[in-house]
Amino acid sequence: MRSYLIITEMEMVLMYLKVFLVGGLLCAVGQVLIDYTKLTPARILVSYVVAGVALGAVGIYEQLVEFAGAGATVPLTGFGYLLAKGVKEAVAANGFLGILTGGLTAASAGIAAAILFGLIMALLFKPQDKS
Amino acid sequence: MKPTAKEYDKLNQQASKNTKSYITIPKAFVIGGLICMLGQAFIDLYQHFGVEKSVASTLCSVTLVFLASLLTGLNVYNKIAKHGGAGTLVPITGFSNAVTCSAMEFKSEGLILGLGAKIFTIAGPVIVYGLAASALYGLILCIIRLF
Repeated sequence: MRSYLIITEMEMVLMYLKVFLVGGLLCAVGQVLIDYTKLTPARILVSYVVAGVALGAVGIYEQLVEFAGAGATVPLTGFGYLLAKGVKEAVAANGFLGILTGGLTAASAGIAAAILFGLIMALLFKPQDKS
Repeated sequence: MKPTAKEYDKLNQQASKNTKSYITIPKAFVIGGLICMLGQAFIDLYQHFGVEKSVASTLCSVTLVFLASLLTGLNVYNKIAKHGGAGTLVPITGFSNAVTCSAMEFKSEGLILGLGAKIFTIAGPVIVYGLAASALYGLILCIIRLF
């Protein structure tokens, strides 16, 4: 494995370009769904997570993550991929129990962060007019 | 008066007339792409300080979730989301925004059944169906292992 420091500038620019393109594309697909179907935002988020699990299960998403890094992990499909990856590893280690433990274990940091920060911010701030 | 389905469609089209796809889709692309680039910058930063790759990726998610939650509290994220559309919804920041938004909005209905329950309005379905899909995958893996 190469160390971070010897990655050339050129490679870094290329990496960020890939992150931008893949991440942007995943979001553009979401916008197409909003504009042309009657899917609500909640349905889109659920679809993205389930799609991420499915693409993770068949091994496609792993390659996308290697190709585009955060461009693939930051969109919610990445969250689904994380669930699938967690289950795969847990089933390999613990068998049937892994079905129950794998997903939430892998996704725990993100879920806990969203809930805890949400709680803190809701206690600190008042909702403002959406004008 | 209840509008019929047809009338409702017409009203709906009138109300959403100003969302032109040749504007909203590129905007979602650029803003979503930029949020992912910010995420990559955090991953690189954490790896630069010697954090292992998978841990850096998790820390990146936590950082983005925190920033989005804070910006939601400050009413900044919602302003960006007006332009970003799916570009601010699809990244994990959108998930965080939805959680914080629901929590803030329903605080007035009480801390337990208001904030505490409604915080899961968006997070709940995402976790339920994500978990169900991953469990199904796990079950398939287990069955394959039996043979």
